[in-house]
Amino acid sequence: MENIDLDLNTQSVREINQFFHNLNSSDKREFEILHPNGAHNIAVGLDAPITVHIRGHAGYFIAGMNKQAEITIHGNVGWSVGENMMSGVIRVNGFASECAGSSGHGGLLIIDGDASSRCGISMKGSSIVVGGNVGHMSAFMAQAGYLLICGDADHGLGDSLYEAIIYVRGKIHGLGTDAREEQMEEPDYNKVSELLDMAKFNYDPKEFKRVASAKTFYHWSPNSKQFSVL
Amino acid sequence: MCGIVGLFAKNSKMRASLGRYIAPMIVCMGDRGQDSAGLAVFSEQNSKNNRRINLFSHDNKFPWNLLSEKLSQELKCDLIAIDNHAVVITSIEPSHIIHWLSEHYSELFVLSIGQTIDVYKDAGHPMEIANKYRFNELKGTHCVGHTRMATESAVTPYHSHPFIAGEDLCLVHNGSLSNHHNLRRMLEKKGISFETDNDTEAVCRYLQWRLLEGDSIEDALQKTFEDVDGFYTLLIGTSNRIVLVRDAFACKPALIAETDDYVAIGSEFRTMAHLPEIQSAQLYEPKPEEIYLWKI
Repeated sequence: MENIDLDLNTQSVREINQFFHNLNSSDKREFEILHPNGAHNIAVGLDAPITVHIRGHAGYFIAGMNKQAEITIHGNVGWSVGENMMSGVIRVNGFASECAGSSGHGGLLIIDGDASSRCGISMKGSSIVVGGNVGHMSAFMAQAGYLLICGDADHGLGDSLYEAIIYVRGKIHGLGTDAREEQMEEPDYNKVSELLDMAKFNYDPKEFKRVASAKTFYHWSPNSKQFSVL
Repeated sequence: MCGIVGLFAKNSKMRASLGRYIAPMIVCMGDRGQDSAGLAVFSEQNSKNNRRINLFSHDNKFPWNLLSEKLSQELKCDLIAIDNHAVVITSIEPSHIIHWLSEHYSELFVLSIGQTIDVYKDAGHPMEIANKYRFNELKGTHCVGHTRMATESAVTPYHSHPFIAGEDLCLVHNGSLSNHHNLRRMLEKKGISFETDNDTEAVCRYLQWRLLEGDSIEDALQKTFEDVDGFYTLLIGTSNRIVLVRDAFACKPALIAETDDYVAIGSEFRTMAHLPEIQSAQLYEPKPEEIYLWKI
């Protein structure tokens, strides 16, 4: 497999992102991005089955809108890593700042360390696995998908949840409004096991708790007649 | 937005290079605020207990030489000037100098008073300001800087951060406060006066009021969490401390990098990417309503 180096000491973020956008989607190659030095918007809008390694700490909105690509950040990231991702896999070896994986429609975001506040805010079908703790208001208004937390969750977890499901291994320092802890059942254990396998974390699914919407705010049901007027 | 930077030197080698490391931090955070910038630098306490009075002149051609001569003759003070900025060094009570200046040079603005603090602030792009006042040559024990994207009040040198209150106390702020008019009215009733209509000045004077009432900096900040409403990351400098706090929502960023030689504080990692040994530094984000304090 051809390995291509891209260097942010000599190329701009725009040049590097444009290089990725110009790739033929059938190209299967591996890329290294050197000297990120906290720059924003690296590897945004990728849409090819390629592998990208970002070697160092990166800034805001890394790997946003990702489709297909497998992107690893060998360091920490700033706000909103993997924002609005559609598919593919993003892995952060360090910690992630606020709003990690916000509004993700699909794909998998793995954070080896801690994620800060509002992790998975408004997620819409993606999966997020956090190896450490998450900050306050995580999974706020999360509509669909899974947030799995191997450490603790700070206060306000799952505030105003819709259909997204949260699994927490550690301590929950406070649930958000309309979020509640529910009994783990067989499909939950299977889902936790699947997510842990994909993230390569070695925990027992029996250690996890399930948090979902209590549906006192939100009443949608596929059997309701609310759309009959249409 | 706005950008916040701070550097706390843990040894004499780092103190001698403080300016060399903080200047690129300010310039980088120009991306988060291009309206104005400022920097407070603290030096080691001088043995004579002299006071340093930092002055700003709006007039680019202000006759600092003339003022220097008059101060020397009438009040036995020294004056060092760069561009629109000057430092008066005095062994007499600063209030006498301030009174004399207000009578003879009322157009001058007092930036800071104290035994250890120097404050540089101006309107314009942070890169221009850093070059103009030669931030890269500064030395000191710790410093607190800011780049401003104005939201709450006008863009002038006086509305730039850091804000000061009393002696050897300064504060920079990223965010916006919603009850600063109430705070101001409450403090004005106690006889505390303000220099601008800026929201950050209100929290700076609030903090000084709590300290004068006898609170420790920790207690004063706990009261700040209760009484100050809005979004904030605050970085505070005193003669021997640098203190960082974020509000309960923590939606204004901050990152801390710590090594054996320094503690660096910035809104983003990229502002500290040039620092020595940064790749092996301990990096972490301050948690909401927790006090992070480093002391000489």
